[in-house]
Amino acid sequence: MSPAREREVAPPRGAARPPGGREVLTGDDIQRALKRIAHEILEGNKGPDDLVLLGIPTRGVPLAHRLAVAVAGVEGADVPTGSLDITMYRDDLRSQPTRAPEPMKVPAGGVDGKVVVLVDDVLYSGRTVRAALDSLADLGRPASVRLAVLVDRGHRELPIRADYVGKNLPTSRSERVMVRLHEADGAEGVWIA
Amino acid sequence: MKHLLSIADLSAEEITQVLDTAVSMHEVQDRQVKKLPTLRGRTIINFFFEDSTRTRASFEIAGKWMSADTINLTGKGTSVSKGESLRDTVLTIDAMGVDMMIIRHPASGAPAQIADWTDCSIVNAGDGTHEHPSQALLDAYTLRRALGDLRGRHVAIVGDLTHSRVLRSNLLCLRALGAQVTLVAPPTLMPSGVAAWAAADGFETSYDLDAVLPTVDAVMMLRVQRERMSGGYFPTAREYAVTYGLTARRLGLLQDHAVIAHPGPMNRGLEISADAADAARSLVLDQVSAGVAVRMSILYHLLAGEGDAQ
Repeated sequence: MSPAREREVAPPRGAARPPGGREVLTGDDIQRALKRIAHEILEGNKGPDDLVLLGIPTRGVPLAHRLAVAVAGVEGADVPTGSLDITMYRDDLRSQPTRAPEPMKVPAGGVDGKVVVLVDDVLYSGRTVRAALDSLADLGRPASVRLAVLVDRGHRELPIRADYVGKNLPTSRSERVMVRLHEADGAEGVWIA
Repeated sequence: MKHLLSIADLSAEEITQVLDTAVSMHEVQDRQVKKLPTLRGRTIINFFFEDSTRTRASFEIAGKWMSADTINLTGKGTSVSKGESLRDTVLTIDAMGVDMMIIRHPASGAPAQIADWTDCSIVNAGDGTHEHPSQALLDAYTLRRALGDLRGRHVAIVGDLTHSRVLRSNLLCLRALGAQVTLVAPPTLMPSGVAAWAAADGFETSYDLDAVLPTVDAVMMLRVQRERMSGGYFPTAREYAVTYGLTARRLGLLQDHAVIAHPGPMNRGLEISADAADAARSLVLDQVSAGVAVRMSILYHLLAGEGDAQ
């Protein structure tokens, strides 16, 4: 199995048990990291103008919405937020059973000329982000694209890096990083096992 | 899933998965760049031994939008007209290394037979009076968009049921999704043995359209095939229109939320009046636009994943 596929599918709501292993970020840590990232995004962009936050399903979507709330808390501005499904752009489709893609939600203003911030939970091989960039190119031509992730666990297979990182987490390839968010999982935190 | 030969081969979960994927594919239709890289390097042959407008065009568009290479062949203008057998023709195409054949054929069961002969994925795009599964999936998709979950919804299928391949596929698909189905047709156009079939599969039949219409959430009108008008199935076209056509008067019998579907091509003034075809509650054009999205979803599920023709 290629590493890019090791993204977990969200369990049904109500399955609120922690996944086990060592907890590396608590719910509060996640909120603090997002708040800092929101500040960094605003600092890099010199304000909220032209920002668009696009979450990569599954867990990038609630993270993007939380970032939008955090940005609104700082600047009082509503940042358009959406989701960018990358299923059709994966490079490992042939080695997996097919699954239904998540719906794509692009804000009404589109992405042309905008500063798009892609949001995902874990940055690992970089293949998901590669697919997201391809998908984004088919939607329009952003002025620039940034990447915000909650956890960067290393082991990149492509020349891709994150602009905003919640936590750098040195891992071995055999370890699993599990992100849980209230919106998708009922539990909250990041575990490593 | 490797082939799409019959709705009966699909579980309710698989049907739902195809319909859910189509929701995402529908969004591609509104983009400026209508292209996904998903099926890059795959070759799809549209092999149509019968006439078709929407099925063939929408399968071809679906393939092209997903970056597959699509080629159209018809029975006319190929070696079939020189007397080559179906098996030889199909094996010839297969030897060129195609990944999928989309087959429409006048003989029921031809796509299933071809699936036995070759290694590539086969999609049944209509075989004789047997099945037309992609049409049923797009009809279910359109109804689901208009009505929400189809569980417990009541759908009437009205018209030339004897000769309809759309009927069988739609019936299986709607039943799998939990809808209640009533077939309405004159006795001459009811499929033979329908009583036993209805008892086994749990649907109703009726000869009285006026009695059924007030109870339905959707009415699906099927085409009366004018070419069979001389077969003595009903006395005159006019009598059929009066007794089984969806006339302006019958529109008034429908509940406020009820919708009208027709797989096309329509005979305006025969099974469906212009008032019904052009009504706000008519889904006819929605069905056509859903056709591309649903067929993209079908191609994705058959060709994109593991365990395919490679």
